[in-house]
Amino acid sequence: MELTHMTAAELSAALTAGQVSATEVTQAHLDRIAAVDERVHAFLHVAADSALAQAADVDERRRTGAPLGPLAGVPVAVKDVFATAGLPTTCGSRILDGWRPPYDATITQRLKGAGAIILGKTNMDEFAMGSSTENSAFGPSHNPWDLTKIPGGSSGGSAAAVAAYEAPLSIGTDTGGSIRQPAAVCGIVGTKPTYGGSSRYGVVAFASSLDTPGPFGRTVLDTALLHEAISGYDPMDSTSIDAPVPPVLAAARQADVSGMRIGVVTELGGEGYQPGVLSRFAEAVELLESLGAKVTEVSCPHFKYALPAYYLIAPSECSSNLARFDAMRYGLRVGDDGTRDAEEVMALTRAQGFGAEVKRRIILGAYALSSGYYDAYYGKAQQVRTLIIRDFDAAFSQVDVLVSPATPTTAFGIGERADDPMAMYLADLCTIPSDLAGNAAISVPCGLAPEDGLPVGLQVMAPALADDRLYRVAAAAEAALVGQWGQPLLAGAKGLSS
Amino acid sequence: MTTPDTLVPFAEAMERYEPVIGLETHVELGTRTKMFCGCGTAFGAEPNSQVCPVCLGLPGSLPVVNRNAIEYAIRIGLALNCSIAPWGRFARKNYFYPDMPKNFQISQYDEPLCVDGWLEVLVETGHGEHRTVRVGIERVHLEEDTGKSLHVGGATGRIHGADYSLVDYNRAGIPLVEIVTKTIEGTGADAPVVARTYVTELRDLIRSLGVSDVRMEEGSLRCDVNTSLSPRGSGVWGTRTETKNVNSLRSVERAVQFEIERQAAVLDGGGRIVQETRHFHEDTGTTTAGRSKEEAQDYRYFPEPDLVPIAPSADWVEQIRAALPEAPAARRARLQAEWALSEADMTALRNADALDLVAETVAAGASPADARKWWLGELARRANEAATGLDELAITPADVARVAALVATGALNDKLARQVIDGVLAGEGAPDEVVAARGLAVVSDDGALTAAVDEAIAANPDVAARIREGKVNAAGVLVGAVMKATRGQADAARVRELILARLS
Repeated sequence: MELTHMTAAELSAALTAGQVSATEVTQAHLDRIAAVDERVHAFLHVAADSALAQAADVDERRRTGAPLGPLAGVPVAVKDVFATAGLPTTCGSRILDGWRPPYDATITQRLKGAGAIILGKTNMDEFAMGSSTENSAFGPSHNPWDLTKIPGGSSGGSAAAVAAYEAPLSIGTDTGGSIRQPAAVCGIVGTKPTYGGSSRYGVVAFASSLDTPGPFGRTVLDTALLHEAISGYDPMDSTSIDAPVPPVLAAARQADVSGMRIGVVTELGGEGYQPGVLSRFAEAVELLESLGAKVTEVSCPHFKYALPAYYLIAPSECSSNLARFDAMRYGLRVGDDGTRDAEEVMALTRAQGFGAEVKRRIILGAYALSSGYYDAYYGKAQQVRTLIIRDFDAAFSQVDVLVSPATPTTAFGIGERADDPMAMYLADLCTIPSDLAGNAAISVPCGLAPEDGLPVGLQVMAPALADDRLYRVAAAAEAALVGQWGQPLLAGAKGLSS
Repeated sequence: MTTPDTLVPFAEAMERYEPVIGLETHVELGTRTKMFCGCGTAFGAEPNSQVCPVCLGLPGSLPVVNRNAIEYAIRIGLALNCSIAPWGRFARKNYFYPDMPKNFQISQYDEPLCVDGWLEVLVETGHGEHRTVRVGIERVHLEEDTGKSLHVGGATGRIHGADYSLVDYNRAGIPLVEIVTKTIEGTGADAPVVARTYVTELRDLIRSLGVSDVRMEEGSLRCDVNTSLSPRGSGVWGTRTETKNVNSLRSVERAVQFEIERQAAVLDGGGRIVQETRHFHEDTGTTTAGRSKEEAQDYRYFPEPDLVPIAPSADWVEQIRAALPEAPAARRARLQAEWALSEADMTALRNADALDLVAETVAAGASPADARKWWLGELARRANEAATGLDELAITPADVARVAALVATGALNDKLARQVIDGVLAGEGAPDEVVAARGLAVVSDDGALTAAVDEAIAANPDVAARIREGKVNAAGVLVGAVMKATRGQADAARVRELILARLS
């Protein structure tokens, strides 16, 4: 079997058994990137030299019997929002042109500590604002199922890289759905862990109270492997939770839903959803019931306010978080010709350095926080957030997990919604409630929509710190579905075969 | 017209207006590390040598609260009789400035850590009169300091007109507490003195808590003064101005006085006071207009999402309370009683910044009178000559106590003691070492003195004759001659006894 088509678990086993070297695995993925990334554009920066150096180090350690981490020799692609010492970190923005962080994000460190090989930095919507990667200053990524379609966003590059076999694993961040939505539309698995379960230190902030780093993989087990490797308390992040990592890997192996209570969220479905998405979702729910789960319908009446609340809270936080990009210390500097003062240079730099969507959200957020409007906008949105948390609390008192479609539609065409921000925002309709509540959620492939042949994601949501439940349900569904299909869903992706 | 050509003399202004003042004081805490990261806080380090991704605000970095800073702030709050909030969030104050790495400052807004306290200050109202004024404390909150800009090439040192600016981020992220008073009313003509005495008392209190070195000249205590005038009997509050850049205790008093005189002139002339920030000028003792309220910024405060709320437990607060040292005012009252001093004596000690030194000297064994004598006399003179503070002299309270003890036992006289102090200040060692090295012991050995006494009598037959006739006061001349002959090292009292014994 081709090294690039093996799962992370298979690669790890082969590496441990000495059947293949980390250098061979890394080179195979670099070759794959060289062959297909011109068409996919998953990567903003391929770190070939440092990846091969890391691989050589892993091989050397294995040869000498030195201790090795759980992902030793397994390649991983990293969203360009994570600080990587010495490697460019642009967040898909011109304003960070030329910046090479002097430090590693905690997750970057943990990946290195686990022995994972960092292949490079993946494309994203600028500062993680978007659902398609079309807001990247460096051009969009393409969906490996159909290169004319978006791969989702904002972590679209990370999802596309895994779906295109350029990397077995990747890391993204989820603020309003930026892991689950791309996972769903690319036909792979993606998890938003519990907020505070994975460190934000070194993740360039979009919306601090929402940003959650998480894993992508082609299988539920692979995703759990990466989830476990990156998670856990970090004293450098005040909002990090000092609690044991939920047993996600054991849960993925358990893959058993018998006796679990599963709630279908009434409000996440129906009108406005693509029929093929709804039918695949309904079949997945039936499947789970047939596997022994107890399925009921649960109402979360305030979910309909989640999207507007999100579009006040996230821009408010971003308007402050992005203030630091002012040309004074790093990144782009425009107009510093000796005739202009610092304030003018800041303004010119921000005008040229930020894209339209980032500016839109900074303006929205600055407005929502301004004196006289705060209570009506930011304050009200926080109240809605509390109501959504209560909806979840009430629901989780009745069921173990909630399920819904991960997205209202399958992948849309590149350019199709680019001029319609509201239509673009709807892509995150199903994923935003979990972000606002800070609990855990996963998207796992549940088939292709009959009308367009594109992947549909099943979203599973669990209470905070019960991330393991996601993996039990997702792994059970995956096993049963792959059994029905006779092969992994992704084997049917034909975007790169022509 | 915000600065009239002529001011109204202070006494005259007081006839028509009642001043209302308020003070906002920033204190840099003396924690070993910064507010939100592990960087050091030493003053005067090489620019940008005490920085990291967090205090530089690099993309992706996150703050984590320094528990010591919280404890120090609670210590201050408790010492100021405040209530400590059981739960509170930090807030972001958003504005752009190059010395602020994130372009927002992490501060506290509507959920301050300490609220509603007071500080009593003993105000000298002139002619040795004193009265106690209770200053209400509105709040004490924590925030991070900004970096420091150095504007190069302009005439004023301000950003306007500068060729370029340098920024030192060593100060960025140093923990600051801001202490805000309630409005202080009803102090009349004492308002400027009340302001100065409040800051003095606050400084002494904070120093006693061991949470800051509170050095105004190094900027670790900074003060903004709010002043407004209310026409007497009107019951209407005037518009206030906020005077910044007030960097010494004396300036606090002068700034309030100047604002009163300026505002009275504006109001007398039929003008209105503009709510604005004003800058105090140390050299002229005047203020000039800064940013007006029309240009005031909207800071878009919101709860800091990168930090979990602070929730000091009641147990912890009580532990901190139990460990508070004696308050300076209580300590002063105790020492004043123990040392049997008048209010004026105490004021003199405080004004000379000598209270702690005297107390430590007494603790090292000197009598209160001796300790005061040396610190307020000889040592104050030396400090004055060297244009330095008493506490910066190279002599410790223990040294002073030892010198006093040597004088008390007769081993030194005052003149020799001054030479010992010379030696200590010159770095020659502890008093006993200086005595030994310079051979400064008083000579009281009769054998050694008798010869000198006989020589003095022989050299001054007239004086000797007068003493023999019973004019014992004349012995002083012979004592002086002996002291001169022994280069001041003789025990003068013993010399006198020997002379009188010879001539009786």
